[in-house]
Amino acid sequence: MTLTLDTPQLVKTQPLLVARNVSKSYGAVHALRDVSAVVYPGEVLGIVGESGSGKSTFLRCLNLEETPDSGSYTLDLPDVQGNLFDLDRYARRMLCATRIGIVYQNPHLGLLMHHSSSGNVAERLLVAGERRFAVLRDKASAALDASEFPLDRMDAPPVELSGGMQQRVQLAKAIALEPALLLLDEPTTGLDVSVQALVLDTLKRLQQDRRITMVIVSHDLGVIRTLSDRVMVMRRGQVVETGLADQVFQDPQHAYTQQLVHAKL
Amino acid sequence: MTLKSLTRAWEPMSYGFLDGSAKREIRRKMLKAIAVPGCQIPYASREVPMARGWGTGGLQISCTLIHPAMRIKVIDQGADDSVNAASIRNFLARVSGAPVTMDTLQADLIQSRHRIPEERLRADQILVLQVPNPEPLRSVQPNMSIARQMHADADYGRMWLQLYEQIVRSGRVMQGASYPSLVNGRFVMTPSPIPRWDVPKLNMAQHLTILSAGREKRLYAVPPFTRVAPLVFDDVPYRVEDHGHLTCQRSGAAGYFMNEIPQADGTSTFEVSDSELGVKTIRKAEGAPAHIGRTWYENGRLVQ
Ligand SMILES: Nc1ncnc2c1ncn2[C@@H]1O[C@H](COP(=O)(O)OP(=O)(O)OP(=O)(O)O)[C@@H](O)[C@H]1O
Ligand SMILES: [Mg+2]
Repeated sequence: MTLTLDTPQLVKTQPLLVARNVSKSYGAVHALRDVSAVVYPGEVLGIVGESGSGKSTFLRCLNLEETPDSGSYTLDLPDVQGNLFDLDRYARRMLCATRIGIVYQNPHLGLLMHHSSSGNVAERLLVAGERRFAVLRDKASAALDASEFPLDRMDAPPVELSGGMQQRVQLAKAIALEPALLLLDEPTTGLDVSVQALVLDTLKRLQQDRRITMVIVSHDLGVIRTLSDRVMVMRRGQVVETGLADQVFQDPQHAYTQQLVHAKL
Repeated sequence: MTLKSLTRAWEPMSYGFLDGSAKREIRRKMLKAIAVPGCQIPYASREVPMARGWGTGGLQISCTLIHPAMRIKVIDQGADDSVNAASIRNFLARVSGAPVTMDTLQADLIQSRHRIPEERLRADQILVLQVPNPEPLRSVQPNMSIARQMHADADYGRMWLQLYEQIVRSGRVMQGASYPSLVNGRFVMTPSPIPRWDVPKLNMAQHLTILSAGREKRLYAVPPFTRVAPLVFDDVPYRVEDHGHLTCQRSGAAGYFMNEIPQADGTSTFEVSDSELGVKTIRKAEGAPAHIGRTWYENGRLVQ
């Protein structure tokens, strides 16, 4: 498949993230087949597709939690070189701990449910070597505040919080170190519609204020449309269409995308 | 070459109780532990005539190191005269012919549970600490193979998070004994259940410390002149037990780690935990010959 690079205005010409021909099988299931993606600094790439199309698998690859069978992945960051899939466990951990933030659909995957919420955020700072308690408190509360989490509850454990609040803790944790790349896997799925809208607002505000580069996965076209600059449509482990968000939504080229967009409207 | 020339004459018991191959293995593991300070080294823990959990790890180290000219001292919670200390001391003397002592200054080998003597140890002395749980990560990672990987990666974020959580919940670090400490800037170890009072004694100490867990089959070491730093936040200082101002009601020794003895009326009196230091203090007061060495703490304060 050839990659179409629709470079939006406003961004540098050098992409931050380049993933090429990423393939991954689980036994007979081809979860990913030659998936390629390019993301520019400050840009939001939205990935849509039906359940089982490989969206989460791709995101896990980008977070270096999963090693694909083949393919390459580079990030244009100082001190980061080569195909990241070739890094050893230690280098992966340090890169993910300091440069990549992730929000999972299931908060249990991203949070220690019985530790304090602020502690969940502080852990990222601790891994990065911060050893001043007062600074940990300040930075954790700043990140929680930026995620629009009520600070009077910052020491409550996530297990006592609502789903929307748990997602805000995950988000605070993900942005605490000002990551170069923020990965979001269905961050609003499972929340009720009004809460979903509030979390989306927060994400939108973060995007506007900080220009964080994001890759967001959702099967909800509305979410993708609200947040993304560019859209990638996946089906059965393959990319069927990529393009500027408006373009894809207004003038879908591929039959599957047309079906998706029309079903939504 | 005959079979007879390759075998040794029958002996009723090996010197130092353990057989030669067991001692050789432990010696090799000790060397490894000294080479990588604070790193837990697995070893084949042998049967000794004592139940696991009663100091079999320390005993195997002592049995391996011992020789007939080595003076041995055994203490349990600071006391030379507790049943457990006396049993181990008698056993060691019996299997080695080595002389025993209660005087810290006279001892070449000190096996201890839960305390480090108050008198400073020298470069020619070895301290063996009995360890019930060698894994400092156990409370944050019960899976041992993952914990090993975390040590390999110096992945101690969860350890620090635990301290953070304690301060958030209780306003201070609650960890008392077994305070996790970073050895030589690399491995986090548990210093065995010694009180916080004793942890600074390990930092840049002249003596060698070997820590050994018989049940868990692991040993580790703090070689002489090695940095041992309790995990603390830069702005929340490490605090030892508040015993500096206490006086022993039996001996009059003051400024050392004390045992608290609750009284019927609800108050407490205190006795110095290092029993031999108490004995020396009494002897001195009575005008009998007693030499108290330089102590780590003077007037209740640590002297570096
Ligand atoms: N760890 C795994 N072991 C086996 N199969 C897996 C594993 N992870 C994913 N798969 C399979 O790979 C395919 C893609 O899964 P993936 O979770 O990436 O899809 P998705 O697009 O995120 O779906 P959803 O929208 O339901 O979250 C599925 O068929 C799934 O069953
Ligand atoms: Mg998914």
